[in-house]
This record gives sequence, structure tokens and C-alpha cells, in this order.
Amino acid sequence: MSERIDLSVNIGGLKLKNPVMLASGTVGYGNEISNFTDLSKIGAIVTKSVSLNPRKGNPPQRIVETPSGMLNAIGLANVGLESFINDKIPFLKEVNSTLVCNIAASSIEEYVECTKTLDGEDTIKGFEINVSCPNVKEGGLIFGNDISSVGRITEKVRAVTNKPIIIKLSPNTSNISEFAKVVKDEGGDAVSAINTLVGASFNIWNKKPKINNVTGGLSGPAIKPVAIAKVLEISRKVDIPIIGIGGIMDWKDAVEFMIAGASAFQIGTVNFINPNAGIEIIEGLESYCSQMKIKSISELTASYNLE
Amino acid sequence: MQISKIPVVALEQLQNNVFLLKARSKELAEKSSPGQFFNIKVSDSYFPLLRRPFSISNVENDILTFMFDIHGEGTKLLSLKKEGDNIDLIGPLGNGFNLDDDFDTAVIVAGGLGSAPFPLLLNKLSKEKKVKSFVGGRSKPNVITWKLANVNIATDDGSIGFHGNVFQLIKKHENIFTENKCKVFACGPNPMLKALQEYCLANNINCELSTECAMACGFGICQGCPIESSDKKSPYKLVCKDGPVFNAKDILI
Repeated sequence: MSERIDLSVNIGGLKLKNPVMLASGTVGYGNEISNFTDLSKIGAIVTKSVSLNPRKGNPPQRIVETPSGMLNAIGLANVGLESFINDKIPFLKEVNSTLVCNIAASSIEEYVECTKTLDGEDTIKGFEINVSCPNVKEGGLIFGNDISSVGRITEKVRAVTNKPIIIKLSPNTSNISEFAKVVKDEGGDAVSAINTLVGASFNIWNKKPKINNVTGGLSGPAIKPVAIAKVLEISRKVDIPIIGIGGIMDWKDAVEFMIAGASAFQIGTVNFINPNAGIEIIEGLESYCSQMKIKSISELTASYNLE
Repeated sequence: MQISKIPVVALEQLQNNVFLLKARSKELAEKSSPGQFFNIKVSDSYFPLLRRPFSISNVENDILTFMFDIHGEGTKLLSLKKEGDNIDLIGPLGNGFNLDDDFDTAVIVAGGLGSAPFPLLLNKLSKEKKVKSFVGGRSKPNVITWKLANVNIATDDGSIGFHGNVFQLIKKHENIFTENKCKVFACGPNPMLKALQEYCLANNINCELSTECAMACGFGICQGCPIESSDKKSPYKLVCKDGPVFNAKDILI
């Protein structure tokens, strides 16, 4: 019998049984997707962005399909901190998967308050700070495109929790590694890259934008090469664990991200089409490692050959 | 609610651009109720990327029928399915029509492809209930009356039936609402649903509307398909999970 492959990873102190994470905003709070897949086998679940107060989100139309991708402008619709704690965490506790809580905010104080309040929840093993949502007027990209804001948010959030902090970076910038560097300098434990790319699409017959918010975040296979380039850039310039995100549809895509420098990865859009994709990816990774004689999946991280 | 792969048994052309896809699954046939839908993967690859939602048009024994017209790449691929192919689908999804209310006459209102969910509804309807159907379309080829009963037709161009829209046609027959205890079941374009909603609310007629919205997942995780709720405390409902069928009093169109 072949030796068991070690799929576990450690991302800046966040220990996962495997590198497969379900991306924020693509699994809700776990309950719906649990009808289709065994969440207890998944490395981690990143919950839908939570903000201090509930947000109703943007009016329809919120999504449109584009070539090999989709644009979304959900607008961070979420139940708010109080309902998240009272109504959503109890189910997530039962799931027996590692839980990372994604936080969105319109001010540094709001990031701090949410993190501080959630820090006492044992179920939450780490925080992903969303400084890069392209679909809200306040916060979001205004922070994500400003290095000093990203630095200050990291610093202030660091001050109120000892749990791992992951900063989710925007690709809508030409120097993503400088953002990763400031995260590292201010005490962040990891970065996740990338959030969606800003995109737009028009109906040519009535000349109106196809989504109500005019622009939205592009996700899906269309953004995979961009995401891999951003992961590679960070990996070559900054010594910080990277969680790769962007158009991963199967285990081969996931392997590519890890080779480019990711320690773990998140799957997002694919959950909408194949809500069991995470489990299939775990199986694919095991078989790949076995074929490649890789004993521990972490050996794959930044194993690129640029000769 | 599950992901299934089931065999196609037939792809039939109902009329000009309208097709019926028939596929076999005893389990899904038993689980399906009128007004619910499946999110269907139209190809074996991720191109096109997203699944396409289709309401369940009919169930006969273990055969599920989906009705669709070709209006893009996805439906074009679906129209090429043939006997022996498998289709990958998620469902049955959402909440369908409620047939257990106190009514003696089901008033079916359909616009264009909005006729799709009603064969199954009539199939499940108690035989004691009366049925009156109002079907509208732009022109004769767009009028779909497949497996409907007691049909009155309206066309925008007058090429068949009443010359006008389906709502105007219903107004001409509005005595049915006073002579019977009616419940309205409607599916079609938003302007039709809106007119009907206003009329039914104003006249205290029980009415359910099947709504439509662009969606990705179909089961509540993408949050892509909001519809405004009449309950101010929860401003949006999701078409996929809370609907697609809503009581007329619960949503704002």
C-alpha cells in the first residue's frame, strides 16, 4: 500500500487538514452547500463577508455571465455581526471544518470592532480581511488600492487578535507585491490573492449595463492566468504565505497555483456550478502527489522551475 | 436537492423555436413539484460556465420534461442533446405553487414561455377543480398551449385569439372571479406579472407568481437573484431559494 500523502498545510499559523478552502461569498454560511458536499472534509470555509450592521446588498441585476467567467455585484449583502454570531455560527460549529471569518467594513474602526467581537468565538480560527471588494461605495477598493490604508488596517486588526490574519488583496493594482509587503511588515500572517477584477458589460440593444451596479467583479476561469501571475509576483518578492484564488475549477488549476507560490487556495465560482468541487479537488491532489512522488503537499508551494 | 446525471430519452421540437427535453429519473420525478426548477449544465465542459435554470414542465411516470427556446449559446447546446446523452442537473430547487389552498377554479396565466410549468401543475391538480387558462404571446408562433386546458389566447398582433395582451383578455373574463372561488397561477414577463399582481391584490384574489432572475448557483449561495420583498424588515428575498414562486402579496415587482 502506498504511503499516506500529507495534505496538511500551515498558513502563517492557520493549520488546515488540506489546502482546499471555500472562498468567501461562494458558500454563504455553509448551510445550503452542505446539502451537496461533506464540509468536514474541506480544509477551511471562509464565510460570507460580515460587516458590523446588516447590508441589504445591491438591487438586481447582480450577476451576468461573460466568456469563461461571470461578473457579480452583490454588494456585500450580509446579515450583520449580531445575527452572524447568533444565527449562523451555531450551524458552522456543527460542520467540523476549520472556519475563517471574512470581514468587510467601511472604516478602520469597523474592521477593528468586528475582529474584536469575533475574536472570542472559539469556532473562528482566523480572519480574512476584505480590503478589496469592488462593489461597494465605501471601504472596499478605496482601501484596497491604498498601501497606507492596507497597512493601517493590518496594524489595527493585529492589535486586537492573536488569531491568524489574512488580508485579501485586490488585483486591480500594478504592484500587488508592495501590498503584500506592507501586510507582512504590519504583522499580517498571510495574504489571499486575488479578489475579483473590475469588469463591465453592456447590452448592445438598449445600451444599458448588464448589471445594475454598472461594474462588477469578474471571476471564473477567465481570471486564472492573471491570478497566477499575481501569486507568482508576491511569491518571488515577499516572504509571506499566499492563499491563491482565481478561477480554480479543478485539481490541475489548484496545482498550478501552488507551483506558482500558493500555500493553499480558495475555490469560488466553481462552487456555483459544482458544489462538490472541493472534495473532487482533494481526491485529484492526492492522486497527483502520488504520481509525482510528493510526500507532503507543502513541497509543491513555489516549486516552479523558471530555468 | 442534489447533483444528478440522468439519461435523455428524447429531444422534441414542440413548435418553431420551442423544444421539449425529456429525461428519465424515477427519484427526481417523484421529488418534483409544479413551479420548482432544475439548474442544468448544458455542456460537459465549463463552457459556457454557468448552469441554466429551467422549470419542470411536466412529469409523466419517471420522465421529466423541460421546455425551452433557443435564445443563446446555452440553450443552443441543450437543443443538440439526443437520446442516450446524459444531462447533469441540480434540483429540484426552490418553492413551487401551492395547490392546497381553498379554491375551486385554477386560473392559469402564461405569457410566452411562461406556459412551461403548467402541464405539471394541471397534472397534480385535484380533478374536482375547474381550470381556466389564459395564454399570451407576441404572435401566433409564440403562443404555447401544450397540455393546457380550457385555453383563451391573446396575441399582441392579433394573429390568433384576442388582439391585445393577456391581462386585457383576463379583464374581459373577469366575471370568473366573482362566479368562482379562484386562485391565479401566473408565469411570464414582468410587466404581465406586475399588472396581474396589482389587479389580484386590489380585488382580493389569491395569486401566485412564478418569477425569473439571472442566477448562478440556484440554491442560495451566490446571492445573485434578489427580488424586493414587501416585508420591510427583510428587504430582499432570493428568487432561487425563497421562490421562484411567490404569493403576489409577498413581493414587489
